[in-house]
Amino acid sequence: MTPHAVTSSGRAELQSQRIRAAMWFLIPMIAALVFVAAYPLFRSIYFSFTDTSLTNLYAGQWIGFDNYLSWRTLPSGRTIFKGTLVDPAWWNAVWNTVRFAVVSVTLEAILGMMVALVLNAEFKGRGLVRAAILIPWAIPTIVSAKMWSWMLNDQFGIVNDVLMNMGIISQKIAWTANADTAMFAVLVVDIWKTTPFMALLCLAGLQMVPKDVYEASKIDGVHPIKVFFKITLPLVKPALMVAIIFRMLDALRIFDLIYVLTPNSSATKTMSIISRENMIEFDKFAYGSAQSTLLFTFIALFVILYIWLGKVDLGGDKK
Amino acid sequence: MTLMRNPIKQAILLSIMAASMTSISAYAVEVNFVSGAVGKDIEVFKELVKPWEKETGNTVKVVPMPSSTTDQFAQYRLWLSAGNADVDVYQTDVIWAPQLADNFEDLTEATKDVIKDHFPSIVESQTVNGKLVAMPLFTDAPALYYRKDLLEKHKLSVPKTWEELTETAKKVQEAERAEGSKDLWGFVWQGNAYEGLTCNALEWVKSFGGGQIVEPDGKISINNPKAVAAVDLAKSWVNTISPPGVLSYGEEEARGVWQTGNAVFMRNWPYAYGLGEADDSKVKGKFDVTTLPTGGDNDKSAATLGGWNLAVSKYAKNKEAAIALVKFLASTETQKQNALIGSKLPTVMSLYDDADIKEKQPIIPRWKDVFLQAVPRPSAPTKVKYNEVSSKFWSAVHETLSGKGTAAENLEVLEADLTELQGKGW
Amino acid sequence: MKIVKKIAFYLLVLVIVVASVFPFYYAVITSFKTGTALFEVNYWPTSFSLNNYYAVFEQGEFPRNILNSVFIATMTVILALLMAVTASYALARVRFRGRGLLLMTILAVSMFPQIAVLSGLFEMIRFIGIYNTPWALILSYTIFTLPFTVWVLTTFMRDLPIEIEEAAIVDGATPWQIIVKVFLPLMWPALVTTGLLAFIGAWNEFLFALTFTSSNETRTVPVAIGLLSGATQYETPWGIIMAASVLVTVPIIIMVLIFQRKIVAGLTAGGVKG
Repeated sequence: MTPHAVTSSGRAELQSQRIRAAMWFLIPMIAALVFVAAYPLFRSIYFSFTDTSLTNLYAGQWIGFDNYLSWRTLPSGRTIFKGTLVDPAWWNAVWNTVRFAVVSVTLEAILGMMVALVLNAEFKGRGLVRAAILIPWAIPTIVSAKMWSWMLNDQFGIVNDVLMNMGIISQKIAWTANADTAMFAVLVVDIWKTTPFMALLCLAGLQMVPKDVYEASKIDGVHPIKVFFKITLPLVKPALMVAIIFRMLDALRIFDLIYVLTPNSSATKTMSIISRENMIEFDKFAYGSAQSTLLFTFIALFVILYIWLGKVDLGGDKK
Repeated sequence: MTLMRNPIKQAILLSIMAASMTSISAYAVEVNFVSGAVGKDIEVFKELVKPWEKETGNTVKVVPMPSSTTDQFAQYRLWLSAGNADVDVYQTDVIWAPQLADNFEDLTEATKDVIKDHFPSIVESQTVNGKLVAMPLFTDAPALYYRKDLLEKHKLSVPKTWEELTETAKKVQEAERAEGSKDLWGFVWQGNAYEGLTCNALEWVKSFGGGQIVEPDGKISINNPKAVAAVDLAKSWVNTISPPGVLSYGEEEARGVWQTGNAVFMRNWPYAYGLGEADDSKVKGKFDVTTLPTGGDNDKSAATLGGWNLAVSKYAKNKEAAIALVKFLASTETQKQNALIGSKLPTVMSLYDDADIKEKQPIIPRWKDVFLQAVPRPSAPTKVKYNEVSSKFWSAVHETLSGKGTAAENLEVLEADLTELQGKGW
Repeated sequence: MKIVKKIAFYLLVLVIVVASVFPFYYAVITSFKTGTALFEVNYWPTSFSLNNYYAVFEQGEFPRNILNSVFIATMTVILALLMAVTASYALARVRFRGRGLLLMTILAVSMFPQIAVLSGLFEMIRFIGIYNTPWALILSYTIFTLPFTVWVLTTFMRDLPIEIEEAAIVDGATPWQIIVKVFLPLMWPALVTTGLLAFIGAWNEFLFALTFTSSNETRTVPVAIGLLSGATQYETPWGIIMAASVLVTVPIIIMVLIFQRKIVAGLTAGGVKG
């Protein structure tokens, strides 16, 4: 029996039955997401337009956009601006976050690709190597942050010891304390931790490239580097683009790693960190809420831009 | 009954019956006590509350927290804001009272008969707008640790001023390094950008006669020549007598350097004393403690007041029992026990002359000198804005220490920032 | 020339392996050290003492915390997969209006900064009275497991040919039967991959776990590690922390080792197609 045997009225009946079933299938998921995501986010956004403090969550007054930007003109005629949008600490955090996200994701993509290419090659002990590279990724973030802060310790950390023995540095470096190296330290740990994830996704993409493509180019004597850029990369690109966007979303929100490694260094303070600091530690709950709302808006804008520019077919509607 | 033949089911059934019976027969309650106390302190605490549990029939359930005070504060803040009824008693840091005051019960009435036994300065730090927010449990103040053996070897005396300390540390460090101790440093302290740096820097500034950042009346005093001189001197230590990494040190990192025998001086809390005397410690029997030095031409040294207090949540289920527990724990008798078995500094003045404590914990009476010079952090005048004040202060100092701007410049900016933060009033 | 190339290749492999494994190796060595020895740098194991491991089990309720973590992570995975399988069938195989919008909304959820939903979620959890129970965590973890799972499974299902479903439709199968009989058998690789990712996510989470529990009996392993402490307030027990870290990481590593082929296969099969 072929599908054509179904009558058109039966088809319509079937379609509406399917849609009804689909609704029932979607309800639990939507309910769960409303519950754990939509309502809390709505609360945060609402708080950002009030003067709520943590002492009493229900006593906030509506103050409009004052947490974002407000201004008043002094009798002398000078206008003073206030709010997150003119707060240098906030813009410093934005800059830190963007810098961190771009550098870490770029390096992770490149290194991940390299590792994936290695793993894609046939060699003895490949299974073991593949298992080994997954270790960093399997370690809980809080644990790896603690592990690294131990290794990066200036006096009894092993990193300084190795570098001193190799003669790369002549003096012990305080990696996490020094404003010039703090960001570097955070990047190293993050790259160490997430490159395996990137490598896996790249490897998945690589394995979809048909083997005969390589063999054909090998026979034609094309240089391997040229093969990579002309053949492999374009084929892996879709997988890579999705991997990059998921990593980017994570990187823009980065919190726990920095919170454990360099919690108070202004060189690594990101948007999540500064927002939490204001909400909870500085008794500026509404102000911090405004910052987390901005962070959310920022990420959303980025995703829209990325999808639009990269023509990534996330919705799959083109098929 | 087939059910009863199954021993496991039987046991379960019995225990359910037993549980329901006890809950009916006794009016005993469970008091939930949350604290950042760790390790041995938790054991000591359980020991301390035993008499109370026996006497009242109530039980005390300890909810442990991360030892980081920042983490504790964040949790308590969130719990209290949501009216969490699962915790009755909070162990609070000395600086939290003004920030959490609205969420805690007023203990003035309940403790009016005993409160005068405690150090007035501590009680004052826990009083917000006439309301006693928390009852002192024990106190804490840092001291200067020094290596007796090295000072004797080089025939140097224990420094009385910061300038002397700088000189002495340099001499010993140079001499010892010439003899091959390449990793030896003169002075270790807490220079990471965190609350600990506020404590350290407040000591420098105060002991130089440069005020205490924000004075008790709310006046911002940090931008003055003495404070600048104090921070400038500290800046000169970095990478000379102190390792460059001191800018990332907390208490533990400093102790790590000290206890491996790689420092001549250390600024730290009393906890490092017991650990330094441990069997595997390389400085065992080679060190002693004294009050922190003075600076400039000022003659009074300063030690930042630490310590912990007990507060009863407004949302507590068992308020009466909770208040009774707090009174019991803060009592002279319990504090004495805590001093004897937990080596905690009491907040009851008379205990510093107690014969038992003198005999078993000789270090505690000696700490009285340190404690008499204690200076509170400006949490009382700055109220809910204290954390931000402290953060701005440690940032300004940390930047100065890492060579970003001079002390004079950074403290001037700090004054402007604090003035803006103050607004119409703290 | 060929040998040089080969040596260079294996050198690269060696660098990758050492870089990945060394920190964990160092954690293992550190976990065998005690006292002042901790503050000395060693490249090879110098002492072998299990004291730190005993200490982990003596402090607090570590075995209980491990059980909690296992239970919470497992339930999170089951819940996420259950909701995601049905939801992604609807999203991938049924045409209805607003499908693209719904998919984008789900993606948007995975953009929420944890910190932005913390206080609202806390209110919710207290409101329904599951505060300080494992369910508080299981529920809150759906915020990051569900969107990802739905996405991966939807892309996976969309790529399966239409014919496999039509035969079942013609036989009069209900949508639920189609999912169970037709799709589930085909989806094992994707389910294993997403399930494992969700498991690791739930196993590692710290901020929610710390906020939504208030007793030792309900806490999970990362929080327990965060709570590990030395004898006094300022002391950081590096040896014990490393021992606990090793204990927590080993099960995950074993799981990854067992499932590693499946992970790669699952991702290849559909997860990451653009």
